[in-house]
Amino acid sequence: MRWTWRNLDTIGAALGEHVLLVGAALLLAGVVALPLGVLVARRPLWRAAVLGASAGLYSIPTLALFALLVPLLGLGFRAALLALASYAMPVLLRAVVTGLEGVALAVREAADGMGLTPRQKLWQVELPLALPSVLAGLRVAVATLVSAATVAAYIGGGGLGVLILTGLDQGHTEKILVGATLVCALALAADVALRRMQRA
Amino acid sequence: MIELRGVTKAWPGGAGVQALDLSVPEGECCALIGPSGCGKTTTLRLVNRLVEPDAGSIRIGGADALKQDPVHLRRGIGYVIQEGGLFPHRRIGANVATVPALLGWNAARTRARVEEVLTLVGLDPARYRDRWPHQLSGGERQRVGVARALAADPPVLLLDEPFGAVDPLRRAQLQAEVLSLLKHLRKTVLLVTHDVQEAVRLGDSVALMRGGRLVQHAAPAEMLAHPADGFVAEFLGADRALTRLGLFRIRDVPRDAATVAGEALPEATTLRDALSAMLERGVRAVPVTEGGALTLEAVLRSR
Amino acid sequence: MIGWLRANPDAFLDALLQHLALSVSGLLIGVALALPAALLLARRPVLAEWASAGAGVLRTLPSLAVLAALLPLLGVGFTPSVVALALLALPPVLLHALVGLRGAEPAAVEAARGMGFTPLQSLLRVELPLALPQVFAGLRTAAVQVVSGASLATFIGGGGLGDLVTQGMALLDIPQVQVGGIAIALLALATEGGFGWLQRRWERA
Ligand SMILES: Nc1ncnc2c1ncn2[C@@H]1O[C@H](COP(=O)(O)OP(=O)(O)OP(=O)(O)O)[C@@H](O)[C@H]1O
Ligand SMILES: [Mg+2]
Repeated sequence: MRWTWRNLDTIGAALGEHVLLVGAALLLAGVVALPLGVLVARRPLWRAAVLGASAGLYSIPTLALFALLVPLLGLGFRAALLALASYAMPVLLRAVVTGLEGVALAVREAADGMGLTPRQKLWQVELPLALPSVLAGLRVAVATLVSAATVAAYIGGGGLGVLILTGLDQGHTEKILVGATLVCALALAADVALRRMQRA
Repeated sequence: MIELRGVTKAWPGGAGVQALDLSVPEGECCALIGPSGCGKTTTLRLVNRLVEPDAGSIRIGGADALKQDPVHLRRGIGYVIQEGGLFPHRRIGANVATVPALLGWNAARTRARVEEVLTLVGLDPARYRDRWPHQLSGGERQRVGVARALAADPPVLLLDEPFGAVDPLRRAQLQAEVLSLLKHLRKTVLLVTHDVQEAVRLGDSVALMRGGRLVQHAAPAEMLAHPADGFVAEFLGADRALTRLGLFRIRDVPRDAATVAGEALPEATTLRDALSAMLERGVRAVPVTEGGALTLEAVLRSR
Repeated sequence: MIGWLRANPDAFLDALLQHLALSVSGLLIGVALALPAALLLARRPVLAEWASAGAGVLRTLPSLAVLAALLPLLGVGFTPSVVALALLALPPVLLHALVGLRGAEPAAVEAARGMGFTPLQSLLRVELPLALPQVFAGLRTAAVQVVSGASLATFIGGGGLGDLVTQGMALLDIPQVQVGGIAIALLALATEGGFGWLQRRWERA
């Protein structure tokens, strides 16, 4: 444990970086997924194409995605951020689309019948009703991101993965375990917090 | 008040509504009946432009509905859909307050109005206002749907089987109450129902549709006495003459001065019930509480 | 990329075969643990709850962390990688199988009992077949997880296609990195597609 006590600030910085990476990627993914989801949810053709493409993107393993993006984006935080965001986007997109699809026809019809404008219907009726699905998607996206962000250390994204990877390189067991434990704890804490939100 | 001229809407699969002419004068209730899939719901949705007609004109209160902004138009038309369509994420009070909120009413006025319309449909505001839709029975939900349609006091109401899920006894009572209230408020109502008895009891006129066309539109007694064709006669039922008697009361026909034995019936009794009493007692005349007697001949002459 | 492949066909084949060996062993072990466990737990609601919760936690843990955490216990190389992959395969199979087994139509189970099936017969002949679509869905998820996780085995010396990526990065040999990346991606997509096809075939049959 001596290494840990001496390097608390490094560990803290890695943790902070990890959270930042996940948060920023989530935000970026959400900014794309929400409008795109609203746009395609009621257009069957687009919907199939966009969801199919994003499902494909999501099933590409993290390391493969990074390997393919490095030649295009280079190394570093920004590249990692973009890669991670493109990883979380499909999850959020699917959640938005299924959430919007789940809104009962009768409810949408009633909203139209009472004279809600399309925008009012979206914000006051459809999105609130899609919220449970969006939260479920958020939970999956966060778990995916915490995990993928660990690997992002490999392309210079920083975060807790740095401890694991350098630890593996140096055969430094304590460093590996600290990194692995913290990243697991982060994943579980985020999951518990989001589950609470889902129930509320 | 509501005036459809040559309104046509073809669905891709066929069916729809064809060259429909229908007008409902201000303050009257028109009951729309017909077999399932004949276009009743489509007709209602044409009126508030949830469906755009392929051809024809629609005027509401003298104005061309097809030239108005549909959103604005709909805020002035109460609409109760067949399946209820309450917003599951809003409490009953908020559901009812939807249109007042859209129209920008202040909180106090909205609140008072919510209480008023909930009471109107027979739901105690104190008990129901803060509940969620899923905590209500199907019949209660439908009543909330009606309250929600009434909330902003629209002059026109479209009711699509508004009380289909309420038990028959309560439904008859509720519909009678709500309809007489709408009449009192001089609302113009287009009411869809599956039940002939209901249609003739509640409608100032009855419109019978079949396969997207209007087959007959007439006052209930007129339609029952003179069905336009065999289909109408069959739809109204073999007991249509009895149904028709249900529309008249003892006070509507001349009475005999003779005194007759037996339990007296009040003037407000329908001729149908009076005839039933005669059959039951095996007599040709029954005494009336308010004086005189009702004879079988008088009942027969009423047609 | 094609150039690199031409120049190093053996290295590529080795990596691919290693990747497949890792994935198949990990998946088989995971399934061999998860399915019997699901059958045992199906009739024990309390234990099943606990097992589901445990599997849920295990599923949330990042793959790289699981691989790395095994290193102090098992060292480096093929075996610890397979163990880690089995751990990745276990939760989806267990969770899906439990959902399928516990969600079996009560009427069907009741009917089986009524016809004189023993609980074991009912489980194997009625509930398991009814749960199969779920089991297949779990298998599919697990297979994709494992193929994806196997690409990280390179970090603990387990080999596989991940080696191409890490070696290429170390040598700044971009074509090699790309070959590795594309091969991993295609393998994952093929796994997803193949298991999806199997699943649909089964559902139709
Ligand atoms: N959006 C639509 N697209 C295609 N066809 C439709 C659509 N809406 C209704 N239809 C068809 O138009 C016909 C009339 O439907 P409508 O809903 O008006 O019937 P209805 O008289 O209200 O029946 P019910 O008594 O069962 O409610 C039906 O054959 C129906 O399938
Ligand atoms: Mg209808």
